[in-house]
Amino acid sequence: MNNLYKYLLTIADNSLILAQRLGELCGHGPSLETDIAITNISLDLLGQTRSYYQYAAKLVGENKTEDDIAFLRIERDYKNCLLVEQPNTHFGFVIGRQYLFDVYHYMLIEKLQNSPDENLAAIAKKGIKEVSYHKRFSGDWVKRLGDGTEESNKKMQEAIDDLWRYTNELFYLTEAEKEVVKEGIGVDVSSFKEEYYKEVSELLTEATLTVPENKYFTKGGKEGVHTEHMGYILAELQYMQRTYPNMNW
Amino acid sequence: MTESPNIDKDLIPVLKTVSDPEIPVLSVLALGVIREAIEVNGVVKIKLTPTYSGCPAMDVISDDLKKAFEDVGKKVDVELVLSPAWSTDWISEEGLQKMEEYGIARPLSETHDKDVLLGNKKMVKCPQCGSTNTHLVSQFGSTACKALFKCDDCHEPFDYFKCLK
Repeated sequence: MNNLYKYLLTIADNSLILAQRLGELCGHGPSLETDIAITNISLDLLGQTRSYYQYAAKLVGENKTEDDIAFLRIERDYKNCLLVEQPNTHFGFVIGRQYLFDVYHYMLIEKLQNSPDENLAAIAKKGIKEVSYHKRFSGDWVKRLGDGTEESNKKMQEAIDDLWRYTNELFYLTEAEKEVVKEGIGVDVSSFKEEYYKEVSELLTEATLTVPENKYFTKGGKEGVHTEHMGYILAELQYMQRTYPNMNW
Repeated sequence: MTESPNIDKDLIPVLKTVSDPEIPVLSVLALGVIREAIEVNGVVKIKLTPTYSGCPAMDVISDDLKKAFEDVGKKVDVELVLSPAWSTDWISEEGLQKMEEYGIARPLSETHDKDVLLGNKKMVKCPQCGSTNTHLVSQFGSTACKALFKCDDCHEPFDYFKCLK
């Protein structure tokens, strides 16, 4: 499979798996407004995923469709980062995971808009407007919970501390990514790592939270080596297509 | 309107009959999602652009367009285009008025939109009583394109169509 295809997956799989995670909260959000917000974000991400997969399916040819890519791969073939597959432990985790991803996501597609690849640039230009809303929502909630009650501060801090170890992987480049960056089509994610930690640290400080000093980071998702949560996500995500192949609705 | 769409005049009457399933008073023309509609060798070719990436209405609109043209005996080919990205500026003035009458507040300018969504200013006009003494309840509303507001004078909740540029 070519590098561009693999490159598309490293971006799109993040959106798919996070959309699935957020979708789990449909009808279970802590309040009506947050429930609606979270599922709206899920829908935006899923929409972006579809655009990337439709493009990827064209590259593969052989009558493959976006659905084949979304539903019929094995775990090792999903290239999402570990951060997005982490569970919805509590609302602080949902918000923390979202914020840590949104800041990265915004910086990535902001640069992707300038890609000479017309399809990528178009998807990014469409998505950036949506992601700016996501970032505003999650950032506001990190501040609200961090600078809220003693309990909410404790939980928000706990989430940031636990999720921090997954952030470094966002800036790791796979071989396929390196090639696509070399061709001038892709974005070198390592180029905005410093900018990312600066922005996140500033907001955490404003939210009266402590920026974790933990230097132990873990990675693997972008190479297809996932945490134990991934299998459960896929079991639910793929269930219908595996049980009733080619089903439609 | 930044770039006016290329729409064949003869096709307008049929296009007008297709509306956004989530805001039924708004035709796809008024919404500005039809970027091109031309007839080539007896086939109507339509370029449709989504409001939001994940907007589920797009699939429905696409099906409705096909049906509307098939009903008048024409073949249709609908293509989804992402670029240039849709903007709320593309909603026609007539569309905005219909939207307000329907109970959805119209999008403000980009700067003002940010101000109201951050809760800094009260500027969104209540579509029920016309007061601007309103506040944001949620940045996300019943559909991807709307935010939820409440009027502090008549106490009615309402949708605000978010500015997208």
